[in-house]
Amino acid sequence: METIRLTSDTLHDFAEEVYQATGQNLVRCYQCGNCMAGCPYTEFFDYPVSQIMRMIQTGQREKALSSKAIWLCATCETCTTRCPCEIDVAEVMDGLRNIAYREKRFTEKDIRTFYEAFLTSLKNHGRIFELEIIARYNLRSGHLLTDADLGPKVMKQLHFLPKRIKGRNDVARIVKKFMEKK
Amino acid sequence: MIEKEYAYYAGCSLEGTASSYDRSIRVVLKSLGVTLREPEDWSCCGSTPAHAMNHVLAGALAARNLAIVERMETATLTTPCPSCLSAFKKAHDKASKDTAFRDEVNQLLDVPYEGGVKAKSTLQVIYEDVGPDTVASRVTTLLPDLKAACYYGCILSRPPRLAAFDDPENPVSMDRLLAACGVEVCDFAFKTECCGAAFGVPKKDMVLRLTHKVLTMAQDCGANCVVVACPLCQQNLDLRQGQVNRAMGSSFSIPILYFSQVLGLAFGYSPGELGLDKHIVSADALIRSRIPKGTEETVPPAKEKVGKSAAQGTARRSGERTETESTASAAKEA
Repeated sequence: METIRLTSDTLHDFAEEVYQATGQNLVRCYQCGNCMAGCPYTEFFDYPVSQIMRMIQTGQREKALSSKAIWLCATCETCTTRCPCEIDVAEVMDGLRNIAYREKRFTEKDIRTFYEAFLTSLKNHGRIFELEIIARYNLRSGHLLTDADLGPKVMKQLHFLPKRIKGRNDVARIVKKFMEKK
Repeated sequence: MIEKEYAYYAGCSLEGTASSYDRSIRVVLKSLGVTLREPEDWSCCGSTPAHAMNHVLAGALAARNLAIVERMETATLTTPCPSCLSAFKKAHDKASKDTAFRDEVNQLLDVPYEGGVKAKSTLQVIYEDVGPDTVASRVTTLLPDLKAACYYGCILSRPPRLAAFDDPENPVSMDRLLAACGVEVCDFAFKTECCGAAFGVPKKDMVLRLTHKVLTMAQDCGANCVVVACPLCQQNLDLRQGQVNRAMGSSFSIPILYFSQVLGLAFGYSPGELGLDKHIVSADALIRSRIPKGTEETVPPAKEKVGKSAAQGTARRSGERTETESTASAAKEA
Protein backbone atom coordinates (compact mmCIF):
# COMPACT_ATOMS: atom_id res chain seq x y z
CA MET A 1 0.00 0.00 0.00
CA GLU A 2 1.20 3.45 -0.87
CA THR A 3 2.20 5.64 2.04
CA ILE A 4 1.39 9.31 1.89
CA ARG A 5 3.23 11.83 4.02
CA LEU A 6 0.74 14.34 5.27
CA THR A 7 2.42 17.64 5.96
CA SER A 8 0.70 20.86 6.79
CA ASP A 9 2.01 22.36 3.52
CA THR A 10 0.39 19.92 1.15
CA LEU A 11 -2.67 19.24 3.22
CA HIS A 12 -4.71 22.36 2.62
CA ASP A 13 -3.50 23.87 -0.65
CA PHE A 14 -5.42 21.59 -2.96
CA ALA A 15 -8.57 21.60 -0.81
CA GLU A 16 -8.43 25.39 -0.85
CA GLU A 17 -7.98 25.42 -4.64
CA VAL A 18 -11.03 23.15 -5.04
CA TYR A 19 -12.99 25.37 -2.66
CA GLN A 20 -12.13 28.44 -4.74
CA ALA A 21 -13.16 26.65 -7.95
CA THR A 22 -16.38 25.05 -6.70
CA GLY A 23 -17.39 26.58 -3.37
CA GLN A 24 -17.29 23.08 -1.83
CA ASN A 25 -15.54 22.49 1.49
CA LEU A 26 -14.05 18.99 1.47
CA VAL A 27 -13.15 19.16 5.16
CA ARG A 28 -16.76 18.13 5.76
CA CYS A 29 -16.32 14.75 4.00
CA TYR A 30 -16.00 11.91 6.53
CA GLN A 31 -15.51 9.19 3.90
CA CYS A 32 -18.80 7.33 4.39
CA GLY A 33 -18.60 6.09 0.79
CA ASN A 34 -22.20 6.90 -0.10
CA CYS A 35 -21.11 8.74 -3.26
CA MET A 36 -19.15 5.71 -4.45
CA ALA A 37 -21.94 3.27 -3.59
CA GLY A 38 -24.53 5.12 -5.68
CA CYS A 39 -22.23 6.10 -8.56
CA PRO A 40 -23.23 4.24 -11.76
CA TYR A 41 -19.66 4.70 -13.00
CA THR A 42 -17.73 3.18 -10.08
CA GLU A 43 -17.10 0.00 -12.09
CA PHE A 44 -15.45 2.06 -14.85
CA PHE A 45 -13.45 4.48 -12.66
CA ASP A 46 -9.76 4.01 -11.85
CA TYR A 47 -10.47 5.53 -8.40
CA PRO A 48 -13.96 5.56 -6.90
CA VAL A 49 -15.35 9.04 -6.34
CA SER A 50 -14.96 8.82 -2.55
CA GLN A 51 -11.22 8.28 -3.07
CA ILE A 52 -11.06 11.34 -5.29
CA MET A 53 -12.63 13.30 -2.42
CA ARG A 54 -9.99 11.83 -0.08
CA MET A 55 -7.22 12.89 -2.50
CA ILE A 56 -8.47 16.45 -2.22
CA GLN A 57 -8.41 16.25 1.57
CA THR A 58 -4.88 14.88 1.58
CA GLY A 59 -3.48 17.21 -1.05
CA GLN A 60 -2.84 14.57 -3.74
CA ARG A 61 -3.33 17.03 -6.57
CA GLU A 62 -1.32 15.21 -9.21
CA LYS A 63 -3.11 11.92 -8.67
CA ALA A 64 -6.60 13.42 -8.68
CA LEU A 65 -6.06 15.57 -11.78
CA SER A 66 -4.55 12.74 -13.79
CA SER A 67 -7.28 10.25 -12.89
CA LYS A 68 -9.61 8.83 -15.52
CA ALA A 69 -12.50 9.13 -13.09
CA ILE A 70 -12.83 12.91 -13.42
CA TRP A 71 -13.38 12.48 -17.18
CA LEU A 72 -15.67 9.46 -16.95
CA CYS A 73 -18.05 11.18 -14.51
CA ALA A 74 -21.27 12.06 -16.36
CA THR A 75 -22.57 14.57 -13.76
CA CYS A 76 -25.59 12.36 -13.09
CA GLU A 77 -25.85 14.01 -9.64
CA THR A 78 -26.45 10.78 -7.70
CA CYS A 79 -23.47 11.54 -5.42
CA THR A 80 -24.61 15.12 -4.80
CA THR A 81 -28.14 13.94 -4.07
CA ARG A 82 -26.99 11.37 -1.50
CA CYS A 83 -24.07 13.07 0.27
CA PRO A 84 -24.98 13.29 3.99
CA CYS A 85 -22.57 16.22 4.37
CA GLU A 86 -24.30 18.14 1.59
CA ILE A 87 -21.15 18.38 -0.49
CA ASP A 88 -21.93 18.96 -4.16
CA VAL A 89 -19.70 16.06 -5.22
CA ALA A 90 -20.62 16.31 -8.91
CA GLU A 91 -19.64 19.98 -8.86
CA VAL A 92 -16.30 19.02 -7.34
CA MET A 93 -15.69 16.45 -10.11
CA ASP A 94 -16.63 19.10 -12.69
CA GLY A 95 -14.32 21.60 -11.03
CA LEU A 96 -11.44 19.10 -11.18
CA ARG A 97 -12.20 18.60 -14.89
CA ASN A 98 -12.04 22.37 -15.41
CA ILE A 99 -8.59 22.49 -13.74
CA ALA A 100 -7.39 19.46 -15.73
CA TYR A 101 -8.60 21.16 -18.93
CA ARG A 102 -6.75 24.34 -18.09
CA GLU A 103 -3.57 22.35 -17.44
CA LYS A 104 -4.05 20.19 -20.57
CA ARG A 105 -4.22 16.95 -18.63
CA PHE A 106 -6.35 14.85 -20.95
CA THR A 107 -6.42 11.38 -19.46
CA GLU A 108 -9.38 10.34 -21.60
CA LYS A 109 -8.50 11.60 -25.06
CA ASP A 110 -11.63 10.40 -26.83
CA ILE A 111 -13.89 12.23 -24.42
CA ARG A 112 -11.91 15.43 -24.92
CA THR A 113 -12.07 14.97 -28.72
CA PHE A 114 -15.85 14.53 -28.50
CA TYR A 115 -16.33 17.61 -26.30
CA GLU A 116 -14.24 19.72 -28.63
CA ALA A 117 -16.07 18.44 -31.72
CA PHE A 118 -19.29 19.51 -29.98
CA LEU A 119 -17.99 22.97 -29.07
CA THR A 120 -16.55 23.50 -32.56
CA SER A 121 -19.96 22.80 -34.07
CA LEU A 122 -21.53 25.18 -31.56
CA LYS A 123 -18.94 27.82 -32.50
CA ASN A 124 -19.59 27.37 -36.23
CA HIS A 125 -23.37 27.70 -36.19
CA GLY A 126 -24.54 28.92 -32.79
CA ARG A 127 -26.36 25.62 -32.41
CA ILE A 128 -24.93 22.15 -32.69
CA PHE A 129 -25.13 20.10 -35.86
CA GLU A 130 -25.13 16.42 -34.91
CA LEU A 131 -23.81 15.07 -38.22
CA GLU A 132 -20.84 17.44 -38.09
CA ILE A 133 -19.98 16.41 -34.52
CA ILE A 134 -19.82 12.71 -35.32
CA ALA A 135 -17.88 13.32 -38.55
CA ARG A 136 -15.38 15.56 -36.79
CA TYR A 137 -15.06 13.13 -33.87
CA ASN A 138 -14.42 10.18 -36.18
CA LEU A 139 -11.71 12.08 -38.06
CA ARG A 140 -9.99 13.57 -35.03
CA SER A 141 -10.14 10.47 -32.82
CA GLY A 142 -9.02 8.14 -35.60
CA HIS A 143 -12.02 5.91 -34.82
CA LEU A 144 -13.35 6.37 -38.33
CA LEU A 145 -16.21 3.90 -38.06
CA THR A 146 -17.77 5.03 -34.77
CA ASP A 147 -21.54 4.51 -35.08
CA ALA A 148 -21.23 3.67 -38.78
CA ASP A 149 -23.41 0.65 -37.96
CA LEU A 150 -26.24 3.05 -37.07
CA GLY A 151 -26.02 4.62 -40.53
CA PRO A 152 -29.22 3.50 -42.26
CA LYS A 153 -31.26 3.59 -39.04
CA VAL A 154 -30.25 7.05 -37.94
CA MET A 155 -30.89 8.56 -41.40
CA LYS A 156 -34.55 9.19 -40.67
CA GLN A 157 -33.63 11.18 -37.54
CA LEU A 158 -30.68 13.23 -38.77
CA HIS A 159 -30.86 16.63 -40.36
CA PHE A 160 -28.45 17.26 -43.18
CA LEU A 161 -28.05 21.01 -42.91
CA PRO A 162 -26.94 22.98 -39.84
CA LYS A 163 -29.30 25.54 -38.28
CA ARG A 164 -27.28 28.73 -38.42
CA ILE A 165 -28.44 31.47 -36.08
CA LYS A 166 -28.10 35.21 -36.72
CA GLY A 167 -26.05 35.71 -33.55
CA ARG A 168 -23.55 32.96 -34.35
CA ASN A 169 -20.65 35.41 -34.33
CA ASP A 170 -21.51 36.41 -30.75
CA VAL A 171 -21.58 32.75 -29.75
CA ALA A 172 -18.34 32.04 -31.64
CA ARG A 173 -16.60 34.85 -29.76
CA ILE A 174 -17.58 33.28 -26.40
CA VAL A 175 -16.40 29.79 -27.36
CA LYS A 176 -13.17 30.97 -28.99
CA LYS A 177 -12.11 32.73 -25.84
CA PHE A 178 -11.95 29.37 -24.05
CA MET A 179 -10.89 27.06 -26.86
CA GLU A 180 -7.97 29.20 -27.96
CA LYS A 181 -6.41 29.22 -24.52
CA LYS A 182 -5.09 25.73 -25.20
CA MET B 1 -53.35 27.81 -11.98
CA ILE B 2 -52.44 27.47 -15.62
CA GLU B 3 -49.91 29.99 -16.77
CA LYS B 4 -50.99 30.41 -20.38
CA GLU B 5 -47.72 31.42 -21.94
CA TYR B 6 -44.15 30.17 -21.65
CA ALA B 7 -40.89 30.92 -23.36
CA TYR B 8 -40.15 27.60 -25.06
CA TYR B 9 -36.53 26.58 -25.52
CA ALA B 10 -36.56 23.37 -27.57
CA GLY B 11 -32.78 22.87 -27.64
CA CYS B 12 -30.55 21.53 -30.41
CA SER B 13 -31.44 17.82 -30.00
CA LEU B 14 -35.11 18.59 -30.53
CA GLU B 15 -34.24 20.17 -33.88
CA GLY B 16 -32.31 17.05 -34.86
CA THR B 17 -32.49 13.45 -33.70
CA ALA B 18 -35.23 14.21 -31.13
CA SER B 19 -37.61 16.07 -33.45
CA SER B 20 -40.42 13.71 -32.40
CA TYR B 21 -40.12 15.04 -28.83
CA ASP B 22 -40.52 18.61 -30.07
CA ARG B 23 -43.45 17.74 -32.29
CA SER B 24 -45.34 15.86 -29.59
CA ILE B 25 -44.67 18.53 -26.92
CA ARG B 26 -46.09 21.24 -29.19
CA VAL B 27 -49.17 19.18 -30.05
CA VAL B 28 -49.90 18.27 -26.42
CA LEU B 29 -49.38 21.75 -24.98
CA LYS B 30 -51.55 23.32 -27.65
CA SER B 31 -54.24 20.83 -26.76
CA LEU B 32 -53.87 21.80 -23.08
CA GLY B 33 -54.33 25.49 -23.91
CA VAL B 34 -50.72 26.47 -23.26
CA THR B 35 -48.95 28.89 -25.63
CA LEU B 36 -45.27 28.39 -26.35
CA ARG B 37 -43.20 31.33 -27.59
CA GLU B 38 -39.77 30.57 -29.02
CA PRO B 39 -36.99 32.93 -27.85
CA GLU B 40 -35.68 34.73 -30.92
CA ASP B 41 -32.34 33.48 -32.22
CA TRP B 42 -31.68 31.18 -29.27
CA SER B 43 -28.33 29.39 -29.20
CA CYS B 44 -27.02 26.09 -27.81
CA CYS B 45 -26.99 25.90 -23.98
CA GLY B 46 -23.44 24.44 -24.02
CA SER B 47 -24.55 21.19 -22.38
CA THR B 48 -21.98 18.76 -20.91
CA PRO B 49 -18.95 19.75 -23.04
CA ALA B 50 -19.15 23.40 -21.95
CA HIS B 51 -19.35 22.80 -18.19
CA ALA B 52 -16.65 20.13 -18.39
CA MET B 53 -14.30 22.62 -20.01
CA ASN B 54 -15.02 25.79 -18.07
CA HIS B 55 -17.82 26.98 -15.79
CA VAL B 56 -17.69 30.55 -17.08
CA LEU B 57 -18.02 29.28 -20.66
CA ALA B 58 -21.03 27.18 -19.62
CA GLY B 59 -22.50 30.12 -17.72
CA ALA B 60 -22.13 32.47 -20.69
CA LEU B 61 -23.61 30.06 -23.25
CA ALA B 62 -26.63 29.45 -21.01
CA ALA B 63 -27.01 33.07 -19.90
CA ARG B 64 -27.09 34.34 -23.50
CA ASN B 65 -30.41 32.53 -23.79
CA LEU B 66 -31.62 33.59 -20.35
CA ALA B 67 -30.97 37.22 -21.35
CA ILE B 68 -33.07 36.75 -24.50
CA VAL B 69 -35.91 35.27 -22.44
CA GLU B 70 -35.58 38.09 -19.90
CA ARG B 71 -36.31 40.60 -22.67
CA MET B 72 -39.44 38.65 -23.65
CA GLU B 73 -41.07 39.49 -20.31
CA THR B 74 -42.45 35.97 -20.14
CA ALA B 75 -42.39 34.83 -16.55
CA THR B 76 -41.11 31.31 -17.09
CA LEU B 77 -38.80 29.48 -19.47
CA THR B 78 -39.63 25.87 -20.21
CA THR B 79 -37.50 23.29 -21.96
CA PRO B 80 -38.26 19.60 -22.55
CA CYS B 81 -34.53 18.71 -22.39
CA PRO B 82 -33.08 17.97 -18.92
CA SER B 83 -29.56 18.87 -20.04
CA CYS B 84 -30.63 22.33 -21.23
CA LEU B 85 -32.69 22.72 -18.06
CA SER B 86 -29.72 21.88 -15.88
CA ALA B 87 -27.50 24.34 -17.80
CA PHE B 88 -30.03 27.15 -17.28
CA LYS B 89 -30.63 26.35 -13.61
CA LYS B 90 -26.92 26.18 -12.82
CA ALA B 91 -26.13 29.40 -14.69
CA HIS B 92 -29.01 31.21 -12.99
CA ASP B 93 -28.06 29.88 -9.56
CA LYS B 94 -24.40 30.85 -9.84
CA ALA B 95 -25.15 34.25 -11.36
CA SER B 96 -27.62 34.99 -8.53
CA LYS B 97 -25.29 33.99 -5.70
CA ASP B 98 -21.88 35.01 -7.00
CA THR B 99 -21.63 38.54 -8.38
CA ALA B 100 -18.03 38.02 -9.53
CA PHE B 101 -19.21 35.06 -11.62
CA ARG B 102 -22.10 37.08 -13.02
CA ASP B 103 -19.78 39.93 -14.01
CA GLU B 104 -17.38 37.52 -15.68
CA VAL B 105 -20.23 35.93 -17.63
CA ASN B 106 -21.83 39.24 -18.59
CA GLN B 107 -18.53 40.54 -19.94
CA LEU B 108 -18.82 37.85 -22.58
CA LEU B 109 -22.38 38.74 -23.54
CA ASP B 110 -23.71 41.51 -25.76
CA VAL B 111 -26.80 41.78 -23.58
CA PRO B 112 -26.21 41.13 -19.89
CA TYR B 113 -28.31 38.70 -17.87
CA GLU B 114 -29.84 40.38 -14.82
CA GLY B 115 -30.97 37.19 -13.10
CA GLY B 116 -34.75 37.17 -13.49
CA VAL B 117 -35.61 33.99 -15.39
CA LYS B 118 -37.15 30.91 -13.81
CA ALA B 119 -36.64 27.66 -15.74
CA LYS B 120 -38.90 24.61 -15.54
CA SER B 121 -38.90 21.33 -17.42
CA THR B 122 -41.89 20.90 -19.70
CA LEU B 123 -42.78 17.80 -17.66
CA GLN B 124 -42.97 20.06 -14.59
CA VAL B 125 -45.19 22.56 -16.44
CA ILE B 126 -47.63 19.83 -17.46
CA TYR B 127 -47.59 18.16 -14.03
CA GLU B 128 -47.69 21.21 -11.76
CA ASP B 129 -49.13 24.10 -13.78
CA VAL B 130 -51.62 22.14 -15.88
CA GLY B 131 -52.09 19.10 -13.60
CA PRO B 132 -53.12 15.46 -13.99
CA ASP B 133 -56.84 16.30 -13.64
CA THR B 134 -56.81 18.63 -16.64
CA VAL B 135 -54.75 16.08 -18.55
CA ALA B 136 -57.33 13.39 -17.67
CA SER B 137 -60.14 15.64 -18.91
CA ARG B 138 -58.54 15.77 -22.38
CA VAL B 139 -58.23 12.02 -22.79
CA THR B 140 -60.28 10.66 -25.69
CA THR B 141 -58.41 7.43 -26.36
CA LEU B 142 -57.30 4.50 -24.22
CA LEU B 143 -54.14 2.50 -24.85
CA PRO B 144 -54.90 -0.88 -23.26
CA ASP B 145 -51.72 -2.64 -24.45
CA LEU B 146 -49.14 -0.27 -22.96
CA LYS B 147 -47.29 -1.31 -19.83
CA ALA B 148 -44.99 1.60 -19.17
CA ALA B 149 -41.74 1.89 -17.23
CA CYS B 150 -41.36 5.62 -16.52
CA TYR B 151 -37.69 6.49 -16.87
CA TYR B 152 -36.88 10.02 -15.69
CA GLY B 153 -33.12 9.87 -16.17
CA CYS B 154 -30.59 11.40 -13.84
CA ILE B 155 -31.02 15.18 -13.80
CA LEU B 156 -34.72 15.93 -14.22
CA SER B 157 -35.25 15.95 -10.46
CA ARG B 158 -31.64 16.19 -9.28
CA PRO B 159 -29.78 17.62 -7.52
CA PRO B 160 -32.82 18.37 -5.37
CA ARG B 161 -31.80 21.89 -4.34
CA LEU B 162 -31.50 23.07 -7.93
CA ALA B 163 -34.14 20.93 -9.61
CA ALA B 164 -36.80 21.77 -6.99
CA PHE B 165 -39.16 19.34 -8.64
CA ASP B 166 -40.61 15.96 -7.75
CA ASP B 167 -38.66 13.42 -5.67
CA PRO B 168 -34.93 13.04 -6.40
CA GLU B 169 -34.91 9.26 -5.81
CA ASN B 170 -38.45 8.21 -6.65
CA PRO B 171 -40.06 10.77 -8.95
CA VAL B 172 -43.76 10.20 -9.66
CA SER B 173 -44.88 13.05 -11.95
CA MET B 174 -44.65 11.07 -15.18
CA ASP B 175 -46.22 7.99 -13.57
CA ARG B 176 -49.20 10.10 -12.49
CA LEU B 177 -49.63 11.84 -15.84
CA LEU B 178 -49.64 8.48 -17.62
CA ALA B 179 -52.04 7.04 -15.04
CA ALA B 180 -54.30 10.05 -15.68
CA CYS B 181 -54.38 8.88 -19.32
CA GLY B 182 -55.45 5.40 -18.17
CA VAL B 183 -52.08 3.84 -19.01
CA GLU B 184 -50.80 0.93 -16.90
CA VAL B 185 -47.61 2.03 -15.15
CA CYS B 186 -45.13 -0.56 -13.85
CA ASP B 187 -43.19 -0.34 -10.60
CA PHE B 188 -39.80 0.50 -12.10
CA ALA B 189 -36.77 0.54 -9.82
CA PHE B 190 -34.37 2.37 -12.17
CA LYS B 191 -36.29 5.62 -12.62
CA THR B 192 -33.22 7.80 -12.08
CA GLU B 193 -30.33 5.48 -12.98
CA CYS B 194 -27.92 6.95 -15.53
CA CYS B 195 -28.07 5.67 -19.13
CA GLY B 196 -24.53 6.81 -19.93
CA ALA B 197 -25.59 10.28 -21.04
CA ALA B 198 -23.30 12.03 -23.50
CA PHE B 199 -20.73 9.19 -23.64
CA GLY B 200 -22.56 7.26 -26.40
CA VAL B 201 -19.96 8.27 -28.98
CA PRO B 202 -16.64 8.41 -27.08
CA LYS B 203 -17.28 5.63 -24.51
CA LYS B 204 -19.74 3.33 -26.20
CA ASP B 205 -18.87 0.20 -24.15
CA MET B 206 -19.77 2.01 -20.96
CA VAL B 207 -23.07 3.30 -22.32
CA LEU B 208 -24.09 -0.09 -23.68
CA ARG B 209 -23.52 -1.70 -20.27
CA LEU B 210 -25.51 0.98 -18.43
CA THR B 211 -28.30 0.99 -21.00
CA HIS B 212 -28.47 -2.80 -20.84
CA LYS B 213 -29.12 -2.57 -17.08
CA VAL B 214 -31.97 -0.10 -17.61
CA LEU B 215 -33.63 -2.21 -20.33
CA THR B 216 -33.21 -5.39 -18.26
CA MET B 217 -34.90 -3.79 -15.26
CA ALA B 218 -37.72 -2.48 -17.47
CA GLN B 219 -38.36 -5.96 -18.80
CA ASP B 220 -38.09 -7.53 -15.33
CA CYS B 221 -40.76 -5.21 -13.94
CA GLY B 222 -43.16 -6.35 -16.66
CA ALA B 223 -43.00 -3.25 -18.86
CA ASN B 224 -43.32 -3.51 -22.63
CA CYS B 225 -42.16 0.04 -23.29
CA VAL B 226 -39.97 2.64 -21.60
CA VAL B 227 -41.36 6.17 -21.38
CA VAL B 228 -38.77 8.95 -21.18
CA ALA B 229 -38.46 12.73 -20.84
CA CYS B 230 -34.88 13.16 -22.10
CA PRO B 231 -33.61 13.14 -25.71
CA LEU B 232 -30.32 11.55 -24.65
CA CYS B 233 -32.04 8.73 -22.72
CA GLN B 234 -34.26 8.14 -25.76
CA GLN B 235 -31.26 8.02 -28.07
CA ASN B 236 -29.22 5.68 -25.88
CA LEU B 237 -32.14 3.30 -25.28
CA ASP B 238 -33.72 3.34 -28.76
CA LEU B 239 -31.05 4.11 -31.36
CA ARG B 240 -28.43 2.04 -29.49
CA GLN B 241 -30.74 -0.86 -28.56
CA GLY B 242 -29.38 -2.92 -31.47
CA GLN B 243 -25.81 -2.17 -30.32
CA VAL B 244 -26.78 -3.24 -26.79
CA ASN B 245 -28.16 -6.52 -28.11
CA ARG B 246 -25.02 -7.23 -30.12
CA ALA B 247 -22.63 -6.26 -27.30
CA MET B 248 -24.49 -7.92 -24.43
CA GLY B 249 -26.10 -10.88 -26.20
CA SER B 250 -29.59 -9.67 -25.36
CA SER B 251 -32.62 -9.56 -27.66
CA PHE B 252 -34.54 -6.50 -26.51
CA SER B 253 -37.17 -5.01 -28.75
CA ILE B 254 -38.62 -2.45 -26.37
CA PRO B 255 -40.13 0.74 -27.83
CA ILE B 256 -38.89 3.95 -26.17
CA LEU B 257 -41.57 6.66 -26.17
CA TYR B 258 -41.51 10.26 -25.01
CA PHE B 259 -44.11 10.91 -22.31
CA SER B 260 -45.56 13.62 -24.57
CA GLN B 261 -46.16 11.01 -27.27
CA VAL B 262 -48.16 8.86 -24.85
CA LEU B 263 -50.20 11.91 -23.79
CA GLY B 264 -50.71 12.81 -27.46
CA LEU B 265 -51.96 9.32 -28.32
CA ALA B 266 -54.36 9.50 -25.35
CA PHE B 267 -55.58 12.88 -26.61
CA GLY B 268 -56.45 11.20 -29.92
CA TYR B 269 -53.55 12.27 -32.12
CA SER B 270 -52.16 9.84 -34.67
CA PRO B 271 -48.68 8.25 -34.30
CA GLY B 272 -47.52 10.24 -37.34
CA GLU B 273 -48.58 13.56 -35.82
CA LEU B 274 -46.44 12.68 -32.79
CA GLY B 275 -43.35 11.62 -34.76
CA LEU B 276 -43.51 7.97 -33.70
CA ASP B 277 -42.39 6.95 -37.20
CA LYS B 278 -38.98 8.49 -36.39
CA HIS B 279 -38.17 5.95 -33.70
CA ILE B 280 -36.00 2.91 -34.36
CA VAL B 281 -37.81 0.24 -32.30
CA SER B 282 -41.36 0.35 -33.59
CA ALA B 283 -44.22 0.87 -31.14
CA ASP B 284 -46.84 -0.11 -33.76
CA ALA B 285 -47.84 -3.39 -32.13
CA LEU B 286 -48.31 -1.76 -28.72
CA ILE B 287 -50.44 1.14 -29.94
CA ARG B 288 -52.40 -0.67 -32.61
CA SER B 289 -55.26 -1.06 -30.19
CA ARG B 290 -56.58 2.44 -29.43
CA ILE B 291 -60.07 2.47 -27.95
CA PRO B 292 -62.26 5.60 -27.83
CA LYS B 293 -62.78 6.48 -24.18
CA GLY B 294 -66.26 5.71 -22.91
CA THR B 295 -66.70 2.72 -25.22
CA GLU B 296 -64.37 0.44 -23.24
CA GLU B 297 -67.31 -1.17 -21.37
CA THR B 298 -68.82 -2.39 -24.64
CA VAL B 299 -65.69 -4.05 -26.05
CA PRO B 300 -64.44 -7.47 -24.89
CA PRO B 301 -62.52 -7.49 -21.56
CA ALA B 302 -59.24 -5.64 -21.89
CA LYS B 303 -57.00 -8.58 -20.97
CA GLU B 304 -58.26 -10.83 -23.76
CA LYS B 305 -57.88 -7.97 -26.18
CA VAL B 306 -54.29 -7.41 -25.10
CA GLY B 307 -53.36 -11.01 -25.79
CA LYS B 308 -55.05 -11.08 -29.16
CA SER B 309 -53.63 -7.81 -30.37
CA ALA B 310 -50.12 -8.63 -29.18
CA ALA B 311 -50.31 -11.95 -30.99
CA GLN B 312 -51.38 -10.17 -34.17
CA GLY B 313 -48.43 -7.85 -33.71
CA THR B 314 -45.91 -10.64 -33.35
CA ALA B 315 -47.23 -12.57 -36.35
CA ARG B 316 -45.77 -9.89 -38.59
CA ARG B 317 -42.49 -9.67 -36.73
CA SER B 318 -39.24 -11.57 -36.41
CA GLY B 319 -38.56 -14.49 -34.11
CA GLU B 320 -36.58 -12.12 -31.90
CA ARG B 321 -39.74 -10.17 -31.22
CA THR B 322 -41.67 -13.32 -30.33
CA GLU B 323 -38.99 -14.36 -27.92
CA THR B 324 -39.00 -10.96 -26.23
CA GLU B 325 -42.75 -10.98 -25.81
CA SER B 326 -42.85 -14.50 -24.47
CA THR B 327 -40.10 -13.60 -22.00
CA ALA B 328 -42.10 -10.57 -20.92
CA SER B 329 -45.26 -12.58 -20.45
CA ALA B 330 -43.35 -15.32 -18.62
CA ALA B 331 -41.94 -12.67 -16.29
CA LYS B 332 -45.45 -11.36 -15.75
CA GLU B 333 -46.83 -14.78 -14.91
CA ALA B 334 -43.99 -15.41 -12.47
